[in-house]
Amino acid sequence: MVSEIPSYRRSGVISVEELRRLGLLPPEDRLRKGPVAILECPEMIPCNICVSACPSGAIRMDRIIDVPRVDWDKCVGCGNCVAICPGLAAFVVDLSKPGKAYVTLPHELLPRPREGEEVTLLSRDGREVGKGRVVRVWERNRTLVVTVEVPEELAMEVRAIWVRR
Amino acid sequence: MPPSDRRIWEHPILTFKRGRKIRFLFEGREVEAYEGESVAAALYAIGIDVFSYSAKLGRPRGPFCMIGKCSSCFMIVDGIPNTRTCIEPVREGMRVERQRGLPPVPNVPPPGAEEEEVLEADVAIVGGGPAGLAAALELAKRGISVALIQDHFKLGGQLVKQTHKFFGSKDLFGGLRGFQIAEEMASKLASFPNARVLLQSFAYGVFRGGWLGVASRSKLYRVKPRALIVASGASEQYLAFPGNDLPGVMGAGGAQTLMNEYGIKPGERALVVGSGNVGLIVSYQLLQAGVEVRAVLEIMPQIGGWFVHAAKVRRYGIPILTRHTIKAVWGSERVEGATITEVDERFNPIPGSERDVDCDLVLIAIGLQPDTRLFAQARAVMRWIPEVGGPVPLRTRYLETTVPNMFVAGDSSGIEEATTAIIEGRIAALSVASRLLEGSRAARAEEEAEKLLRFLWDEYRASPLLSRARRGKELATVSVEELEELRRRFPPEVSFG
Ligand code: SF4
Ligand code: SF4
Repeated sequence: MVSEIPSYRRSGVISVEELRRLGLLPPEDRLRKGPVAILECPEMIPCNICVSACPSGAIRMDRIIDVPRVDWDKCVGCGNCVAICPGLAAFVVDLSKPGKAYVTLPHELLPRPREGEEVTLLSRDGREVGKGRVVRVWERNRTLVVTVEVPEELAMEVRAIWVRR
Repeated sequence: MPPSDRRIWEHPILTFKRGRKIRFLFEGREVEAYEGESVAAALYAIGIDVFSYSAKLGRPRGPFCMIGKCSSCFMIVDGIPNTRTCIEPVREGMRVERQRGLPPVPNVPPPGAEEEEVLEADVAIVGGGPAGLAAALELAKRGISVALIQDHFKLGGQLVKQTHKFFGSKDLFGGLRGFQIAEEMASKLASFPNARVLLQSFAYGVFRGGWLGVASRSKLYRVKPRALIVASGASEQYLAFPGNDLPGVMGAGGAQTLMNEYGIKPGERALVVGSGNVGLIVSYQLLQAGVEVRAVLEIMPQIGGWFVHAAKVRRYGIPILTRHTIKAVWGSERVEGATITEVDERFNPIPGSERDVDCDLVLIAIGLQPDTRLFAQARAVMRWIPEVGGPVPLRTRYLETTVPNMFVAGDSSGIEEATTAIIEGRIAALSVASRLLEGSRAARAEEEAEKLLRFLWDEYRASPLLSRARRGKELATVSVEELEELRRRFPPEVSFG
């Protein structure tokens, strides 16, 4: 029964509407307050790595197979979940600065992005949607956690970067 | 002759520690390699694609599985034909030749091979992957002596080529990368004097009286264990299409071995057939190794693997083409391109939908098949269960098969994944420990087994993402009473303990 298959299972791309419908997006006013995690992990993976990695106790899960839920008020946007999530499904979005947006994403490709560098912004389906500037890079166990400044309207689109040198 | 070196010197995740440079002879010509490489990897690194020519049609053949489970990399090494070069380490001065057809097998044993030794061990474990390692650790730390038998020249099985971080929970190695888990387990095992590891050793058969035969390089061993745990893993399934035997058509795992274990680019432009987790993960790893991925093909209307793995490759623009399959590959001595086609609801190719893809590497990632040869030989009662990849031995939830004291764990018990393989390895070991130990120590082992069993069946496998494997494993699991009944009706050839 093809009709019952969520479209992301056919494309490998989840839409913003779908994320919202699944309750995986923070409310607009929370996004305006400061950095907050978005876990694009809609399936019931037997995994609770993000729960144990979150220093604020902001991720809820009763059983190991539950979909992780972020308590938007507890989350401080530190990015630890971005660094550790095995599915590379955790991101942090920050809309608190007027006219600017910051997306923090995991990066495991060469070359390694440098702070201040301009990079190509990619959407969930790999389209090049613009250019952004790297503002912060840190590393945990070889996963780079990269924060890029992106045009505000792309905050919910950009989920990867290309570094071209 | 070889175009250039295919070795990878910079990788976002891995650091390749190469041993000292050595030289050996390939077809009479001196070539260079690094100590620690397999013969197959070393040859592939310098651009050798053709390892042999087939017996009847003289078609070129190159490596396929790279883990010693197929026959694609057979070569003549120091005069010995049919040597699996993917699990044969390079040695200074060795002679390696392409095999043409079926050369005669020499009828003199290699030097030292006549020696025989009876190995003392409470428990023999076949397979040094996640399940076998987990079992060995669980037994060794309880003071039980184990012999771990591994065909490869190192431990870790398929973990060593996994660059991605594992799901699960912290106490199940979750968050660590596969190769890191292998390192951790192997180094822990090395600290136990009561755990003996036999590398490059094949458990070639079980014998009446409860003996296990093991052939290592220089010696034949016989072991009479009180229990035998078989965690022999799986092999890659094959797909029929014209040209599927050309060098450059490889199992997904074979490419992982080359690029992640040895740091060798398996190709420049890849086409991946199958979008299960293995196909998706290998695509992401190809990207990390600097290989372009042209597309991932999936014959079903939806992606086979988990969404997060698919999202990782889609983000970098790799297309996943559902309702597509491969029609043919072409090339003279290596893949030079492939034709793909769309399929209809009944998986028949749609005429006119064919397209050519420019690629030099085609990876088959359509599934795995449990390696159950020792069970077949022991006449364990088996059942064909498609959900777990083929015939598997029936067993109780404590993982004992119809052969008394012969246990199964990991992919050889039915294809699932590495974390469940670790859990199963521990359960099998704890079941054995509860029999071999006495008093409160036996009771504690039993308790721990029950705890793990509850976690595995009631929590971990409750995920809808594992429902197919779970169904398969349910079909393979019988009660203790049913096991006894099966033993009466189909008496096994051997028993242990
Ligand atoms: S960003 Fe930090 S605080 Fe927020 S959920 Fe992730 S780990 Fe927790
Ligand atoms: S760590 Fe990542 S994959 Fe695991 S539950 Fe959390 S978001 Fe999902």
